[in-house]
Amino acid sequence: MKIALTSQGDSLEAGLDPRFGRAENFIVLDTETREAVIVPNTQNLNAPQGAGIQAAATVAAAGVEAVITGHCGPKAFKVLTTANIRVFNTNAKTGRDAVALFIAGKLAEAEKADVEGHWMA
Amino acid sequence: MRRKIKIAVASGKGGTGKTTVALALADAAGAGTLLLDCDVEQPNCHLFLTAKATEEPVTVLKPRVEEELCNGCGRCLEVCQFNAIALLGKKILLFQDLCHGCGGCVRVCPRGALREEASRIGEIGIGSTNTLSLIEGRLSIGQSMSPPLIRAVKEHSMESSGIVITDCPPGTACPMAAAVRDSDFVVLVTEPTPFGLHDLGLAVDTLRLLKLPLGVVINRSDNGDESVQAYCYTKGIPVLLEIPNRREIAEAYSRGVSLLKAVPELRTEFEQVLKTIEKISGSEPVK
Repeated sequence: MKIALTSQGDSLEAGLDPRFGRAENFIVLDTETREAVIVPNTQNLNAPQGAGIQAAATVAAAGVEAVITGHCGPKAFKVLTTANIRVFNTNAKTGRDAVALFIAGKLAEAEKADVEGHWMA
Repeated sequence: MRRKIKIAVASGKGGTGKTTVALALADAAGAGTLLLDCDVEQPNCHLFLTAKATEEPVTVLKPRVEEELCNGCGRCLEVCQFNAIALLGKKILLFQDLCHGCGGCVRVCPRGALREEASRIGEIGIGSTNTLSLIEGRLSIGQSMSPPLIRAVKEHSMESSGIVITDCPPGTACPMAAAVRDSDFVVLVTEPTPFGLHDLGLAVDTLRLLKLPLGVVINRSDNGDESVQAYCYTKGIPVLLEIPNRREIAEAYSRGVSLLKAVPELRTEFEQVLKTIEKISGSEPVK
């Protein structure tokens, strides 16, 4: 299965970015082959509005079935669910920790957005 | 009879006394004055007037997608400056609350799959007292795009042949710019504090970009320091009036009593401010 996780860097050892729409990068990972691809989120980092929407469209275009991130706002959540992508929230420190928790089935699927739009950590 | 002149009352910082000054200027300008309340997120000029009002809705055009006509080409997405459209495969998703109603997507759609529909963003209240007319914009709760409503309020200034006073929203962003645009003169209300000075500087920079003549009213003038005075002197900005910090003014305000009713002796000073503005903006009063 292909999944996307939000990353503060360009490897699984980097911190899991708590933000979805304004995440530094997405790491698209195939859980079977372990192949990982970095998908930059540069265009949305400084968007005045609608970053989550376009980030969701970006990961949808990458063909993922699930997103693992810190938090996800309502508009991004709507786009992700419309694209049949499941959302998992976690406060795991690194991408590798988050993937381990996901594969072990220890992450619960989000039923709705867990923060308002434009939230701040 | 005075010549038509449009005066906007604005400020960088909120809570400096825009409404107080706008109402006092309208009062001093006398019969035939039109007061526009463009502080559409919190219009409150009406609290000081007993004006009978009628209402008319204000709408903007927002797009709607006809899914059977859309082939998912994504041209609409490329033209949207507000990230309001997402493309998922061949399906587009529109987020109306991010849309500014520019109509770009509708124009570029090669298949006519986007149609514009009127969407209500608020209303205009139209009222009058014995001496002045009030036109007030009220943005609906949950709406974030106020400039189209502000422009709709300002269209009514065409109806006036006398003095038009506009109470503007605070700040220096799009709503303020929409409200001050096309004015003959802008009165910036500030207070003599570090906050007041900082936001006055932002407002002055904005108005200079818009090439609008301006002057400053210092409210609660004996309640801070001299830094606003010094700033205005350095920048060559006229200080039109100083309003002292007096308890009776605040008490009257809290009861919905306007400044000139509470302190009638200020009337001549506001009349003088109007004369100064007419002089600076080059429209001398016509007798």
